Amino acid sequence: MENMNKKDYQKYAEKKIPKPTYLKNIILAFLVGGAICTVGQMVRAWLTKNGLDEKSVASGTAIIMVFIGSFLTGLGVYDKIGKVGGAGAAVPITGFANAIVSPAMEFKTEGLIFGVAAKLFTIAGPVLVYGVGSSIVVGILHLLFTRGR
Amino acid sequence: MEYIKAFIVGGLICVVGQIILDNTKLTPAHILVSFVTAGVILGGLGLYKPIVKFAGAGATVPIVGFGNALAEGAIEGVKKNGIIGAFTGGITAAAGGIAAAILFGYIMALVFKPKTKN
Repeated sequence: MENMNKKDYQKYAEKKIPKPTYLKNIILAFLVGGAICTVGQMVRAWLTKNGLDEKSVASGTAIIMVFIGSFLTGLGVYDKIGKVGGAGAAVPITGFANAIVSPAMEFKTEGLIFGVAAKLFTIAGPVLVYGVGSSIVVGILHLLFTRGR
Repeated sequence: MEYIKAFIVGGLICVVGQIILDNTKLTPAHILVSFVTAGVILGGLGLYKPIVKFAGAGATVPIVGFGNALAEGAIEGVKKNGIIGAFTGGITAAAGGIAAAILFGYIMALVFKPKTKN
């Protein structure tokens, strides 16, 4: 143990890191992610039935799913879903809502501006920067290649 | 039938995220950012629309669908308003989700107390 060099120690330490249970994680992510999307499909069907057009259905579904995600995060339920579902809970838009509420709630003690309001964007900020930024690039490329048609 | 399609496609997209999480040192935040960007690229190439048509919420609820909405919005904006539309189209299309996230996020963060992590 004492005469291990750095490399050997690193190998030793890596062996001690518990291996994630790959197959179980994948199945749980599939089930939880699939279930959340099924709820989304129910919302879509309900909005469509109420006569909303395609765009309003898309926006409405996003709004309702974000509400569900942030509400369940507030109740502390979403973190439990996340522990079971892993990426199955993180990848849907409800997980995006979770990533917005969690840090904001956590840093409430730092005030309404630098606590809640600033921390809302801890993860939403990067998502919007890369999402919106790249969408503008896509728009410009489309303009260049098709001249706007 | 459309519920089964949504379940399977949505589940599979999450499985891709899980495989990345378990085999790299990336965090869920990295996944969110890269999946949105992937959605923008797929949307820009027109590859995501057929998946949305097939799977409905199974394609739009995962954050990839958010990226796709941004890209489709930007393209639509360009068709309507040229270069200005490239800037306004994306956020316009995704405005509902973004605005909801800001409002509900703020309210929930104020109303609820953080649960102690154990």
